[in-house]
Amino acid sequence: MPERSFPLPSQIEAVPGAEGWEAMYPYFTRFQPEDDQRFWFYNSMHFPEVIPAFDGLTSEIPYTAIGANTARLFSFPTTMGIEYRIVNGRVYITANPVLDEAEQGRRFAAFQERAGHYYGNWDRIYGEWQQRIEALIADIEAVEVPELGELDPLEVVTGGRGIASNHYLRENFHRCIDLYSKMWHHHTELLMLGYGAYVVFFEFCKQAFPEMGDQMVARMVAGMDVTMYRPDDELKKLAALAVELDLGDLFVEGAEPAKVLAALGERGDAGARWLAALEAAKDPWFNVSVGDGFYHHHLSWADDLTVPFAALPRYVEQIAAGEDLTRPTERLAEERDRIAGQYRALLDAEEEKAAFDQMLGLCRQVFPYIESHKFYCEHWFTTRFFQKIRAFGALLAERGVLLTADDVFHLRHVEVEDALADVQLAWASGGTELGARHWQPIVAERKRIVEALSGWSPPPALGAVPEALNDPAVKMLWGITQETIETWLGGDDDDESTVRGYAASPGVVEGVARVLLNVNDIGQIREGEVLVCPVTAPSWGPVFGKIAAAVSDIGGTMSHAAIVAREYGMPAVVGTGMATARIRTGDRVRVDGDRGVVTVLS
Amino acid sequence: MGTLMAIRSVLHFRDVGLGDVATVGGKGASLGELLRAGIRVPTGFAVTTAAFRQTVEHLTVDGESIPARVAALDPADAEGLAAATAGIRAVLESAPPPGEVIEAVTAAYAALCEECGDPALPVAVRSSATSEDSAEASFAGLQDTYLWVRGADSVLQHVRRCWASLYSVESVTYRLRRGIPETDLGMAVVVQRMVGARSSGVLFTRSPRSGDKSVVAIDASWGLGSAVVSGDVTPDSFVVSKVTGKMKRTVATKTRWHRPDPSGSGVVETDVPAELQDRPAISDDEIAELVAVARRVEGHYGCPQDIEWAVNDAGEVFLLQSRPETVWAEKDRAAKAAPAARPFDHVFNLLGGKRPSEG
Repeated sequence: MPERSFPLPSQIEAVPGAEGWEAMYPYFTRFQPEDDQRFWFYNSMHFPEVIPAFDGLTSEIPYTAIGANTARLFSFPTTMGIEYRIVNGRVYITANPVLDEAEQGRRFAAFQERAGHYYGNWDRIYGEWQQRIEALIADIEAVEVPELGELDPLEVVTGGRGIASNHYLRENFHRCIDLYSKMWHHHTELLMLGYGAYVVFFEFCKQAFPEMGDQMVARMVAGMDVTMYRPDDELKKLAALAVELDLGDLFVEGAEPAKVLAALGERGDAGARWLAALEAAKDPWFNVSVGDGFYHHHLSWADDLTVPFAALPRYVEQIAAGEDLTRPTERLAEERDRIAGQYRALLDAEEEKAAFDQMLGLCRQVFPYIESHKFYCEHWFTTRFFQKIRAFGALLAERGVLLTADDVFHLRHVEVEDALADVQLAWASGGTELGARHWQPIVAERKRIVEALSGWSPPPALGAVPEALNDPAVKMLWGITQETIETWLGGDDDDESTVRGYAASPGVVEGVARVLLNVNDIGQIREGEVLVCPVTAPSWGPVFGKIAAAVSDIGGTMSHAAIVAREYGMPAVVGTGMATARIRTGDRVRVDGDRGVVTVLS
Repeated sequence: MGTLMAIRSVLHFRDVGLGDVATVGGKGASLGELLRAGIRVPTGFAVTTAAFRQTVEHLTVDGESIPARVAALDPADAEGLAAATAGIRAVLESAPPPGEVIEAVTAAYAALCEECGDPALPVAVRSSATSEDSAEASFAGLQDTYLWVRGADSVLQHVRRCWASLYSVESVTYRLRRGIPETDLGMAVVVQRMVGARSSGVLFTRSPRSGDKSVVAIDASWGLGSAVVSGDVTPDSFVVSKVTGKMKRTVATKTRWHRPDPSGSGVVETDVPAELQDRPAISDDEIAELVAVARRVEGHYGCPQDIEWAVNDAGEVFLLQSRPETVWAEKDRAAKAAPAARPFDHVFNLLGGKRPSEG
């Protein structure tokens, strides 16, 4: 095999107009000269866009938590944690393997004891986990953004607090950051062990039934847990209520949410009842980011009703036509058990069947967490977190330090603390904040930099071609395997009309492609089209009722698009790396979910 | 085995089953068993091992019995072996068998003609080995197949050819080297109605490529199955999941086919008409029926099967033979997994890395 390599980190070209981007991110995220010898891949699944300065937190904190979990808490034998770098506003990651066998042995002893404790008490711990994460969400909701008036309220004096309100600017802001960090530790707490259980069953199935598609493994364990589908289910319920209350006529394609709400307000008791139902559904189910929870500007349904309201007209139409939109959970559960039962029956020895039962049982035990943690963490908590930061931004804007509340997201979180100190002092001294002069040019400059960087095409990988990818979590979550790397290297003879990825959900369909780079455009999707997008998240849920197949740049068998497509019984190819670049809206494409191939026909 | 009961020279498929391998060989026993299981197989009869033994005992070569002659050979003397076996084969193919064997075969063929309503019924004549020893069975001769044979005399002639194949140089050498006594030698011959095969091929109830038992793999081509078995054609391939029914189809360009010789006997190989070459040789319905039948057979035997099949012009699916799959069965002897003390011990086994304790 000839020496092949991806571009080296040191060779990455500067983007014109983006000079000085480095100041937007911490020093420890920069590529070092010795990084050229390592393999890095672009984590476009979580970070498909340029990262604004504040949002750098959404890589820094998750990786401190994931690494701590695998390297220090549970002592995974063959892997430490994940290192990351930022270049031109994009995140590249690499896993640190443990190669020394004696070291692996020591780590394995600890892993057995520690992971054993979690597996052995999984249900109890998962139950407690749900309480902990909900408590954490309550904590972030309770954080107060202090009001700085002419005088502090009298109660501060009469209540004997003894601490003026300006103190709480930094304390409460910092509490948001601390809570966000704790959330990520909980997010990771069960995740890697959950993936471990899944990978075991996956590997067993692939060995026993080499011809079995990857997605069949997932279909045998898919839970009937409703959390992930709940936001979409709530929308369907609201659509049903609209039909029932004879309000269906208000939900037409392309109508502005604000106008629809106003019109509902004029529909008397029926309108009021529907609006009350909307309010009830919102908390917590509209706390879903239109992305995956890694960018402040991926607003939630609660922040911006555009996405949910874009889905309502079609649901109303279907329900009015007598269609049943409830998820056929019973049928899905039967199907799941039938498939598992049949594969089990094909095993020879009773021993193998017993092992199969154990692995499948463990997998199904851990799966509810794998399927539902995202709603609690990336969506519900994170929505609340960004709302709080935005509120601090509003305070800074009010004090003249920033022009708008959202400008706070162009400062690193340590810089926000500086700006808040400026306010604390100015309020205390009776002077004026000096931040306007300092921060506003920086914000303007960074907005230009983000804009300039957004035109840059990040290579899918950098550095040396790795021997083998042995990290099960990387394999599972990002859909990156030896094969993927080969594809990225252009090691096959595909022409421009072929895109390869993960066979995530079976079936073959042909249809017209609709390339959507942003969930806000889902209103453009027409019945029977093939969705081509960077990555999907729960907020994309409403499109799955319309499309014939799904294709994404990012993702593995456990990605959102894969799970939902299997649920809907439509073909999906994920983790293609380049579908949105290769395919144009209007192209006729064939999606082969059995083989993981998308072909542009014309 | 020394039974005193005279064993008949000929047995109809319907009268035999898996327990009769010693009498009618593997193929004959399997066809009888399939018929009993209600599977559509072309009708026919087996010329039994008793008929073979009677014939071998009845004939002599230069005044010497055949077993004695073979026993006296030196496996290291290639020239002597070649000359002696050629002599034995010549006698077997030309000297008439005992009268009762001739009568039995002639009568059985006549009955078959009547059963099928064709006075000159075309049949396939195949050797049906009794040996479980696949190494021996793989010798040329034990898999002899003659297609499109018509008339009692011709049937008898081809039966004798099958017998003679047991005395090929390779077969005899093998027995001598292994010290297999000639008295243990037995061969049956299956005489089976020819199916006018529009399409035919082979089928495995597990993937021959990976051993996966959750799929049925079908190879299909136009005309008689001999084209597929002999490798004269690249067949279509259909791999169907037993669990989901999903299919991977690869339709090949099938350039050659074997068909009955218009002269009425034997087979000719010709080019497939252009309009058929790239068309699948069997329809989805036929695939579905094949899969269903194959799974019944597999269920009946309780182990994966290698099957030969044909579809006639009327679209009727026939199984021509079925035998247990052996290649992957060998590899299966080591179990792939065993239950652990606790379910999550499997995680430890997978994620444990290479530990010095494992040597």
